[in-house]
Amino acid sequence: MLTKTMNPEKALKVVGTSPVRPDGVPKVTGLAVYGADTSLPGMLWGKILRSPHAHARIKSINTAKALTLPGVKAIVTGADLPDHKFEYVGPERVAVNYWHLTRNILAREKVLYEGHALAAVAATTPAIAQQALDLIEVDYEILPHVIDVDEAMQPGAPLLFEDMITRGVEPAPAKPSNVSKRLEFSVGNLDAGFAQADEIVEMSFKTAAVHQGYIEPHSCVARYGADGQCELWSASQGHFVVRAYTSKLLGMDVGSLLVHPAEIGGGFGGKTVVYVEPIAVALSKKSGHPVKVMMSREDVLKATGPTSGSSMTVKIGVTKDGKIVAADSTFKFQAGAFPGSPVMNACMCAYACYDIPNSRAVGFDVVSNRPKAAAYRAPGSPISAFGVESVLDVLAKKIGMDPLELRLKNAVKAGSPTAWGPKHAHDGMRETIEALMKHPAYKTPLGKNQGRGVACGYWFNGGGESAATVHINEDGSVVIATGSMDVGGSRASMALMAAETLGIPYEKVRSTVADTASIGYNHVTGGSRVTYATGIAVVDACNKVIDDMRARAAMTWDVNIDDVIWEDGHAKIADKSVGDHTPLSLAAIAAKRAVTGGPIGAEAAVNAGGMAPGFGAHFYDVEVDVETGHTKILRAVAAQDVGRAIHHDYCEGQIQGGVVQGIGWALNEEYIYDKDGRLSNAGFLDYRIPVASDLPHLDVIMVEVPNPNHPYGAKGVGEVNIVPPMAAIANAIERATGTRMTSLPMSPPKVLAAIDSK
Amino acid sequence: MSKHHISTVINGNPVEFLCEPQQPLLDILRDELNMTGTKEGCGTGDCGACSVTIDGRLVCSCLVLGVEVQGKKVETIEGMADGDTLHVLQRKFLEHAALQCGICTPGFLIAARALLERNPDPTEEQVRFWLAGNLCRCTGYQKIIEAVLAAAKEIRGA
Repeated sequence: MLTKTMNPEKALKVVGTSPVRPDGVPKVTGLAVYGADTSLPGMLWGKILRSPHAHARIKSINTAKALTLPGVKAIVTGADLPDHKFEYVGPERVAVNYWHLTRNILAREKVLYEGHALAAVAATTPAIAQQALDLIEVDYEILPHVIDVDEAMQPGAPLLFEDMITRGVEPAPAKPSNVSKRLEFSVGNLDAGFAQADEIVEMSFKTAAVHQGYIEPHSCVARYGADGQCELWSASQGHFVVRAYTSKLLGMDVGSLLVHPAEIGGGFGGKTVVYVEPIAVALSKKSGHPVKVMMSREDVLKATGPTSGSSMTVKIGVTKDGKIVAADSTFKFQAGAFPGSPVMNACMCAYACYDIPNSRAVGFDVVSNRPKAAAYRAPGSPISAFGVESVLDVLAKKIGMDPLELRLKNAVKAGSPTAWGPKHAHDGMRETIEALMKHPAYKTPLGKNQGRGVACGYWFNGGGESAATVHINEDGSVVIATGSMDVGGSRASMALMAAETLGIPYEKVRSTVADTASIGYNHVTGGSRVTYATGIAVVDACNKVIDDMRARAAMTWDVNIDDVIWEDGHAKIADKSVGDHTPLSLAAIAAKRAVTGGPIGAEAAVNAGGMAPGFGAHFYDVEVDVETGHTKILRAVAAQDVGRAIHHDYCEGQIQGGVVQGIGWALNEEYIYDKDGRLSNAGFLDYRIPVASDLPHLDVIMVEVPNPNHPYGAKGVGEVNIVPPMAAIANAIERATGTRMTSLPMSPPKVLAAIDSK
Repeated sequence: MSKHHISTVINGNPVEFLCEPQQPLLDILRDELNMTGTKEGCGTGDCGACSVTIDGRLVCSCLVLGVEVQGKKVETIEGMADGDTLHVLQRKFLEHAALQCGICTPGFLIAARALLERNPDPTEEQVRFWLAGNLCRCTGYQKIIEAVLAAAKEIRGA
């Protein structure tokens, strides 16, 4: 019944424009409701007790005194949550182990990092809840801790899990270690490859753990009833995933938990998992009252996110005419206190920009006494890119080739092999590099202590499960709903695609995000998947109602549906020979809905494949103050293949945002631990993300190589922009100072020390 | 510990509230007065999401005690639009796509208005330095700066 109504070659009317977003006015007037903005009648305040130790055995938790404090209504510990079988479930790249997850929500046998939650109180005021936390007595046996990934891999390192046997090694090691997993991707013949090389460079690198740094701390309100039904108001990147995790962790039916999507104040991957939600539900269940739980900024930095720090070695060989013939790398990633770093992504993305016949990437997922890593914008890819793109820069210099020319020479295209098996299915890398090379500033000369650095980046982008509804109202206005959280303008892009498909003005479409009881499952707003996958669901739903409206017009005209086409928002007769009927507008059909079959609406659900990856190529001009080691970014130019920009300005904004997060990762951001394993910089004063005065104008080149699998050619745009900056800035610093930085962040003291040690 | 009775003016309206001596103005606004447009990003004065003005002075409301606004005039994001007419800055933020998640937006708008009241014709660099106390993690600031400059231009009638 579904008819293809869009001619992809047809000029687009609204896709690619930049209208004001549907949720804009509430967000500029302070009326939008974010995670912490909901309060309910009879609500209690929840507070969480966190470990002051990096590593300790919990000998006992005594809540008796705290419970006698007037105003305290409930206390929960790990014992209040059901335990789970030890097993990794789901696809390997994103496997979940609920035995681990429940212990991260509330510690059981041990606390594994400073800030690890181990009990929570619900009380009538925040002050009483805080007072009660101070009355909970915990008897700790303090254990030796380990923070650094290389130290955690040493024999004799303190063990987080006394029974952890490394997965992926045959035969399995006899002794436990902190190495959760080893993995490897290999193609070709490394020895033969390196034998063809004229130049080979091998270097080692370290990168610091960095936090997603969303401005809104995690928070939620839960209301659990005596009938076992629960409602949860939560700011997350996916309320269906919050529902799935929380119900599983509490042992509830999925259907008994209804999650309302609060507006989200930034996520960048860090809000694809749960922290406070299961605790709020457990407290509400025990107290019989709604409970609000909010994190402080210190909690956010100590106990959520970040992405992995790493230690890596990268070896690449090229011929003198610039062909990359072999690459061999080892990536050791901090997983934090529980397994699950993005090291597999790092291995897969490491060489994915280039057609390299012989390569190997070996990854290690390593636990240490840090918060469990969470997804952060293209998780894993920026880290391996820092190593690979730095080594390529050294090689380009050695063979006397322009660094973008070297990359272009080896860039993948559709049909090129990947390290993990299937061939690349999409173009875009070459076009992106070429667009960057053509930027007028790329050849401009620079001054003293200034340098220009380039790097490329790859990210898979996501597809997956999404659902959308469209309803045609009696006056010809349209309401669409999806279950995808709007973290940066997706309501607008959904409305644009609906308006384009239906052939009506953008202003006629109301675009909303529905709760978990009102629409089908939508996976998280992450992996740069929403404009692609949820967009396909929206267009599919619109095409279903178009077919319905064609049928109603056909009935009105007493012709066959095949004689009716949909064009520019009207049902029209395809061939005047069957009758000469005046076209019926969407509004005219809507007005007659009652007599032509009732409400006009449709739901479409997809599990979208066919997504195209993100390709990025950036250059940065920097000036290094050789007296202080401070690096100033003079110019940032980011080219990215976006497939087709749906909302032009929000598309551009994604790229600018990713660039600046990358600049922060490159120059400033890091987790700093003291000798006791406590985080020294758990606040925005000392964990310094970029501010407006740090930055130059951000120049964006949007390259459009449409993805034929999306009705309007969209590719995910959200993530790949954070991949190139760290290496590109390191390369620029090297060109400015002759000093090669191999450790992130390239903060002033480190740059100064490197310059001084030359 | 008894509470203090505070009389103040918020967005032109007379307001009274009871306040513990240690309660920050931010908590009073959000939890006692249900004015949740002012956001908490850090609670330590580092992010600017809770920006308000007190007698015209730009402050982080998380660093001001509720008792300090006795007899003062407080302006928050809820008072920025005139009925259903948005302030020029609010409109320019929308037109320039200067917000993605929007959690920092109220703070940026309050801070930007305070800038334009003092300097109606700021340079890009002046805007960047004035807004350096407001953190945004989504936009890279580019479109925020453009929106503020565009608003300044429109207000000047240039």
